[in-house]
Amino acid sequence: MKLTVNGTAHEVDAPPDMPLLWVLRDLVGLTGTKFGCGMAQCGACTVHLDGTAMRSCVTPAAAAADKSVTTIEGLSPDGSHPVQRAWAELDVVQCGYCQSGQIMSAAALIATNAKPTDADIDSALSGNLCRCGTYLRIRAAVHRAAELSKA
Amino acid sequence: MNDLSNASRRKFLKAGAVVGGGLVIAFTVPLARRFAGGGEATPAAPATAPAANAFLRVGSDDSVTVLIAHSEMGQGIWTALPMLIAEELDANWSRVRVEHAPAAPVYAHTVFGMQMTGGSSSTWSEFERYRQAGATARALLVQAAAKQWGVAPADCRVENGVISSGSHSARFGELAEAANALTAPEKVALKEPKDWKLIGKATKRLDTPEKITGRAIFGMDVKFDGLLTAVVARPPVFGATVKSYDAAKAKALPGVRAVVQVPSGIAVVADHFWAAKQGRDALAVEWDLGPNAKLDTAALKAEFQRLADTPGLVAAEAGDPAAALKQAARTLKADYHVPYLAHAPMEPLNATVKIDPDRCEIWAGTQFQTLDQMVAAQITGLKPEQVQIHTTFLGGGFGRRATPTSDFVSEAVHVAKAAGQPVKTVWTREDDVRGGYYRPAYLHRVQIGVDDKGMPSAWQHAVVGQSILVGTPMEPMMVKDGIDATSVEGVADSPYLKGIAAHRVDMHSPKTGIPVLWWRSVGHSHTAFVMEGLIDELALAAKQDPVAYRRALLKDHPRHLGALNLAAEKAGWGTPLPKGHARGIALHESFGSIVAQVAEVSVQDGSIRVHRVTCAVDCGIAVNPAGIVAQLESGVAFGLSAALHSRLDFQEGRVQQSNFHDYVVLRLGEMPQVDVHIVPSTEKPGGVGEPGTPPVAPAVANALAALTGQRLRELPLRLA
Repeated sequence: MKLTVNGTAHEVDAPPDMPLLWVLRDLVGLTGTKFGCGMAQCGACTVHLDGTAMRSCVTPAAAAADKSVTTIEGLSPDGSHPVQRAWAELDVVQCGYCQSGQIMSAAALIATNAKPTDADIDSALSGNLCRCGTYLRIRAAVHRAAELSKA
Repeated sequence: MNDLSNASRRKFLKAGAVVGGGLVIAFTVPLARRFAGGGEATPAAPATAPAANAFLRVGSDDSVTVLIAHSEMGQGIWTALPMLIAEELDANWSRVRVEHAPAAPVYAHTVFGMQMTGGSSSTWSEFERYRQAGATARALLVQAAAKQWGVAPADCRVENGVISSGSHSARFGELAEAANALTAPEKVALKEPKDWKLIGKATKRLDTPEKITGRAIFGMDVKFDGLLTAVVARPPVFGATVKSYDAAKAKALPGVRAVVQVPSGIAVVADHFWAAKQGRDALAVEWDLGPNAKLDTAALKAEFQRLADTPGLVAAEAGDPAAALKQAARTLKADYHVPYLAHAPMEPLNATVKIDPDRCEIWAGTQFQTLDQMVAAQITGLKPEQVQIHTTFLGGGFGRRATPTSDFVSEAVHVAKAAGQPVKTVWTREDDVRGGYYRPAYLHRVQIGVDDKGMPSAWQHAVVGQSILVGTPMEPMMVKDGIDATSVEGVADSPYLKGIAAHRVDMHSPKTGIPVLWWRSVGHSHTAFVMEGLIDELALAAKQDPVAYRRALLKDHPRHLGALNLAAEKAGWGTPLPKGHARGIALHESFGSIVAQVAEVSVQDGSIRVHRVTCAVDCGIAVNPAGIVAQLESGVAFGLSAALHSRLDFQEGRVQQSNFHDYVVLRLGEMPQVDVHIVPSTEKPGGVGEPGTPPVAPAVANALAALTGQRLRELPLRLA
């Protein structure tokens, strides 16, 4: 199966129903995308498929075959995406395990909504759980990322 | 900079380039003798020679690498301990790097005597040791500079990683090699608090860059050539055992390499997780369900209620509460309940194990390195020092990664041993939710008598719930006369009870077959809900303001009063609120810190909405105020999950919940505004990882009582 991840083409030997998450983590070797629930309940596995946020734990690899996959590793070459800069500025992370998914959901939101409201953010990121409870900072950082995107 | 030092720098850099890792200074510092927790340190750390480079390395590239003896699980110890070293070292903060220390006796907890992270104790227990490490390194570097320049050490200044004296100046990296050759002084003086530059300054986390780019390595992310992945079929009922199994279908799946039996169940070992998971699902296992096949939450509750009316072990006693109850003007009788809870850290449990003839390597996000090492040594037949533990970042801990049985690590060792190959054993979310080691369910049955002014004059309190410590290696140390202090902490030592002449706390520790464990704030996770709910009930019954009522009861506890008053003031206690909103307050001491919280709530379409939580924390010296604020926010969110949503139920021996759709935790849209105010203090540091959790459930329940008149005495909170 051919897969384009972060701009690089990969040939992977995966059964078509194998979730994209495990193809990325165990076959391509990109471990930034996390396993949290396996049933699209927590959002830790969020990646972009042609720019749209998807839960890779329930997305069969076959569904990604002709699409461009972006993972946290490919969001920016050096952590300089506005969402990543905002996350650093507001000291968002704690344990950090959910943050790849949070950041990917946030990046997809501000790509289509230049000035999200609190309600927009709560709705777009309601599928991303954080047990450390960094939610307040996440909300503030999405606003900040939207500002940084305009600059 | 003069020619000599330039030449030296070139030489050093060259030498550094040759060895690859830069030059290091290696030294150790002795265990501090007296600690914030009180009492003498357990001399449990073996007297063997401590490992070199124990706490920090100064590289020829000017980097200062701090080895942290504790596990970073979100609480920010990756930043707080380096701050302690950098403070005394006068290091350039931007050059500070951090690594998890290996598992070795030298890294034993200064109070608990084994390498571990828990009890909100890392900062206060290391407050002396890490500062001493920094001061020792500073003294060595200064000595090296003074010798090189022919000046007195006292004439050298250190600032931002640079040592200077007159016209001389050198960076740490230029002096590292020379410093390495010197003998560490026996005693070093620590800075006076007035001279602190970093301690007390809000400092951003050092682990952010890797955690926002996907580079951070959690246990789940460990990989190397030849590593296989296992998923284990565990018993559907605690204590069940494998009667028989058929692995034919599993073995036929592509990618499945082996199916092995281990003490905890049947492990399917495969090339990758997905194959292992498919294989596990294809197993046909017949279980002998054992004695817990009828476990049922409702039956347990009834049994707890029966026990509550029988005499238990006495955890606290003063006066004659039975007589005082008879003389009381009025009495209050109430039952409070909390359910079993899973920790549900975002990273499901996992551990990676590679066994060679002469050593066993373990990669894990663990809170209990020493026990893991001992258990792995037993399983492999190796010596503990032949077991190397690589601590990764923890995708949340909350206590779950601190198991006295080393459950998830020992299982992974068994799997790797049985498979004869390096294996990462991975739990699914369902495995995690159903895998036991829960916060125990508790019943509190309380009878309180009040005088004619509505103040408590008699207090009889029965606590019923499983002991966490009984049956663990910690039992001899931490259970006295059958009393597991963690079951009654926050009640037996409550400042409210101390002021009531007639009181008694009975405890019962029934055995149920359900594995239980400390869950962020341990006993305080239920006792604060009970005590602060009851005090609020008494205040309302006495028609008194809940803050004023608490002030009267806590008049001899100035630190409690300080936190209470600050929270009330910052929350605007008593000022008008939007229609349909109400405030509630709660105050609780735990882990050496006192936290007061005011919750502002409303009810919308029958659902509880928490709009704002105003926190005041007295945690003594605030080492990193930014970390404290973050931990209080975190504690509130964790406590709100339990206050509003989470519960585990048993029917026919089986846990009814399985994943985040039915084991519900807080989501972004439910997160209230949290304002954190730190009480200025020069007292010894207290913990901050846990103390933010206990007060939030009672603060919300008390606000709901004010708003609706309904007194909710069970978690999660459900309005009638």
